[in-house]
Amino acid sequence: MRKINVDVVRETVKKLCMEANYYCNNDIIDALKKSKKNETSSIGSNILDQILENADIADRKKMPICQDTGMAIIFLTIGQEIYFEGGLIEKAVQEGVRQGYEEGFLRKSIVKDPFDRVNTGDNTPAIIHYDIVEGNRLTIEVAPKGFGSENMSRIHMLKPSDGIEGAKEAIISTVDLAGGNACPPMIIGVGIGGSFEKAAFLSKKALLRDVGEHSVIPYVKNLEIELLERINQLGIGPQGLGGRTTALGIHIEVFPTHIAGLPVAVNIGCHVTRHAKKII
Amino acid sequence: MRKKITTPLNKEKIIELSAGDEVLLSGEVYTSRDAGHKRMIEQMERGENLPFDIKDAIIYYVGPSPNKPGEIIGSAGPTTSYRMDAYTPKLLDSGLSGMIGKGDRNEAVISAMIRNKAIYFAAVGGAAALIADKIVSSEIIAYDDLGTEALRKLIVKDFPCIVVIDSEGHDLYKSEKEKHRITKTN
Ligand code: SF4
Repeated sequence: MRKINVDVVRETVKKLCMEANYYCNNDIIDALKKSKKNETSSIGSNILDQILENADIADRKKMPICQDTGMAIIFLTIGQEIYFEGGLIEKAVQEGVRQGYEEGFLRKSIVKDPFDRVNTGDNTPAIIHYDIVEGNRLTIEVAPKGFGSENMSRIHMLKPSDGIEGAKEAIISTVDLAGGNACPPMIIGVGIGGSFEKAAFLSKKALLRDVGEHSVIPYVKNLEIELLERINQLGIGPQGLGGRTTALGIHIEVFPTHIAGLPVAVNIGCHVTRHAKKII
Repeated sequence: MRKKITTPLNKEKIIELSAGDEVLLSGEVYTSRDAGHKRMIEQMERGENLPFDIKDAIIYYVGPSPNKPGEIIGSAGPTTSYRMDAYTPKLLDSGLSGMIGKGDRNEAVISAMIRNKAIYFAAVGGAAALIADKIVSSEIIAYDDLGTEALRKLIVKDFPCIVVIDSEGHDLYKSEKEKHRITKTN
């Protein structure tokens, strides 16, 4: 048994909330620079420049890349040999989010009830996903998710007979519909298979990959390459104002499913698809 | 070349601008988004005056992040505009001359824009730290209880915007996507 005090979890979550919001990951910067070379629209190209300059300013000033500092989505991958001491892990994570958003001058965007819509004032609750694995390591990943892009995400419960062509169509039409609302260039997470909620979960998890990091499954990798090309032919372009750079990457996860089903979940991420990770 | 324009934007200035123009905007703009819009419309329905003069004014759809001590404002990029579509025609009919946001607008908004000779700009969604750099003052003038959604008067200097729907209804979201599209989905 390895003991980990939950205070360490709280501190780590707090730091990761700030880091994720201030520093644009290098994989995204590289993908933006690369896409600029292929951008045919002059407005689109100017927008890509502004996005890069923005990331630079945010980095230097330690201020949020985007004012929508998101709903905090936390992934905890817990080695089963860990024993947590000092309190409840759930509470420690929520406290970390509360402190991170307060001390980091991040926007509080969470309302207590979907209908009365009163702000909770501290950006909690965060959404926490737990995964129990072998070993004694703890991986904490914080992925603040903005809702301009979240709102354009869709789940499609296809029939098995729709097949891979049906899945491609579902993904492309979702991106087409998202258009300028999701702050393109987008990063697209896709979950195929499982059940209704498993597909949605996988689509969110797919957004944690570095941009351009392909699936290890050969046919899925090919699907990612084909779909990225087709998506970048849609014409949406940076901010939906036309061009080649509609998406920087598409990441697909697949999972076994039921004989009667073919769930396809598409989680749209914007160019500010944030994630910061620490292994303890 | 980016055109420099200064608020308030009266009709004469607006008809000079066309979809696709990249501009640098300076002067006063007012901030409002979902809850703020609901509140403005409720006030108008009760026959009350709005907290600012809406004639020839510009509303920027933004909910900034909190400012650090010594800073004027936190990050302040645009939010998606379509959520305000239900309220916008009434504001345009009352004198509002333009909006800054991101994403397309519905037919009702576009016809109210044509009717009133108004303009819609896009700012770059996610370019929130860069835009904060262009804001020279920020003051909450009403709806303080709405937090990030409070009604603010901002003064901006060279705020980079793109005319996406002009006063004749030309819509860059529609025309440019078609121009750059290679395949059709079906
Ligand atoms: S969709 Fe992304 S870039 Fe756009 S406003 Fe939301 S978080 Fe920011």
